[in-house]
Amino acid sequence: MGNLEKLKKAFSESLEIEPETITDELSYSSGNWDSIAHLALIASIETEFDIMLASDDVIDMSSFQKAKEILGKYDIKF
Amino acid sequence: MSAIEELFSLPQYSIHNDKKRALLLEELKQLTQFHYLNSIPYKNIIDNLGIRDKNKFGSIEELPYIPVRLFKTQNIKSVPDSEVIKTLTSSGTTNQQVSRIALNKETSMLQVKALASIITSYIGQQRLPMIIIDTDATIKNKSSLSARGAGLVGLSNFGRDHFFALDENMELKVDQLLAYLEKHKNEQLLLFGFTFMVWQYLYQTMKKTDTKIDLSNATLIHSGGWKKLIEQSVSNEVFKSELYKLFGMKKIYNFYGMVEQVGSIYMECEEGHLHTPNFAEIIIRDYNDWSVLPAGKKGVVQTISVLPKSYPGHSLLTEDMGTIIGIDNCPCGRKGTYFSVNGRVPKAELRGCSDTHAETVQSNGRAN
Repeated sequence: MGNLEKLKKAFSESLEIEPETITDELSYSSGNWDSIAHLALIASIETEFDIMLASDDVIDMSSFQKAKEILGKYDIKF
Repeated sequence: MSAIEELFSLPQYSIHNDKKRALLLEELKQLTQFHYLNSIPYKNIIDNLGIRDKNKFGSIEELPYIPVRLFKTQNIKSVPDSEVIKTLTSSGTTNQQVSRIALNKETSMLQVKALASIITSYIGQQRLPMIIIDTDATIKNKSSLSARGAGLVGLSNFGRDHFFALDENMELKVDQLLAYLEKHKNEQLLLFGFTFMVWQYLYQTMKKTDTKIDLSNATLIHSGGWKKLIEQSVSNEVFKSELYKLFGMKKIYNFYGMVEQVGSIYMECEEGHLHTPNFAEIIIRDYNDWSVLPAGKKGVVQTISVLPKSYPGHSLLTEDMGTIIGIDNCPCGRKGTYFSVNGRVPKAELRGCSDTHAETVQSNGRAN
């Protein structure tokens, strides 16, 4: 599975949405993405990529596009 | 850079008082004007106070302040319904009215960033394995997250592998706790809970058993009111020394905050003093004539925060008593005003996540 698919899987499972509906514009506080789902999303991304995110990155991860940028800091390329 | 951007960009607790107050004032004048123009109830209050120039205040003390209780009787907000992404409700016992605080996206993000800047200045950027002294039932009802639930979720961002240590009957899950501690032994841990619950369900439960747990590598952050513990003669000093004796826990930080100003929390330092963060300030007022009191004098706490953009909660008169201890010179090294909270104003109703929970337990005979 490529990185993009992995990230979509993490989003789709934790936000309970179809992978096809995920776009770069998908952002925090829209749809199912609330503060509780955010915790599930972070845990899911960390498991999927086997990384540990810093607190500021958890706070800054406010859209799908932003998630890709932040994961870049952890040497995960899209 | 705008004043609020500068307050956020400077390291937490690093700004000298004069500079901080100038930055706060610049932002607060704009906020007062904004809320005046966008909230009719707020406009009416300000007009009735006879304040002519809504953005010409010479000092933070001159800013108008409204009683925190007002948010219980009216849904006061400064943004259209379409912009409200969530409404926070205060803790309260069953027969009390609750506050309803409308948040838009901007306010919600500012709150999260503010909290992050405060908490990470204490525990660092690394997210630690986290034990939450509460039940996960508190966050199950998503549609209406209580202040207690919102507090838990907000703090959870700073931990990982979250473990809720209580079951739905508020019983400590001792075996699972032991297994969790074994799994994360030799690691630094983060503990979070409401003061009364930490005392009643973690401390009291473990004190009665023969099982010993070592939490010397844990940092405890707790909040939610002291009234119920003070009734049991448990002061902050007793709380800290007892937790040290039983668990070896040394890093224990209380914080003072309220649902009407989420994100603006006042963390205790190593000296036991509560500190104002970059984007907030407190003023102590005389209970009899509302005049401003100097350091060392006990009075009613007024809390100032630049975070509330969607409701006029930037300058609030609380129902708590407090005393400013000093400014810029705490031995812990943090700049800004530091203070203590000394209970509730006479005849104030019971509030606080910890206290209202305790009250419910007493009146129902069970936890909920």
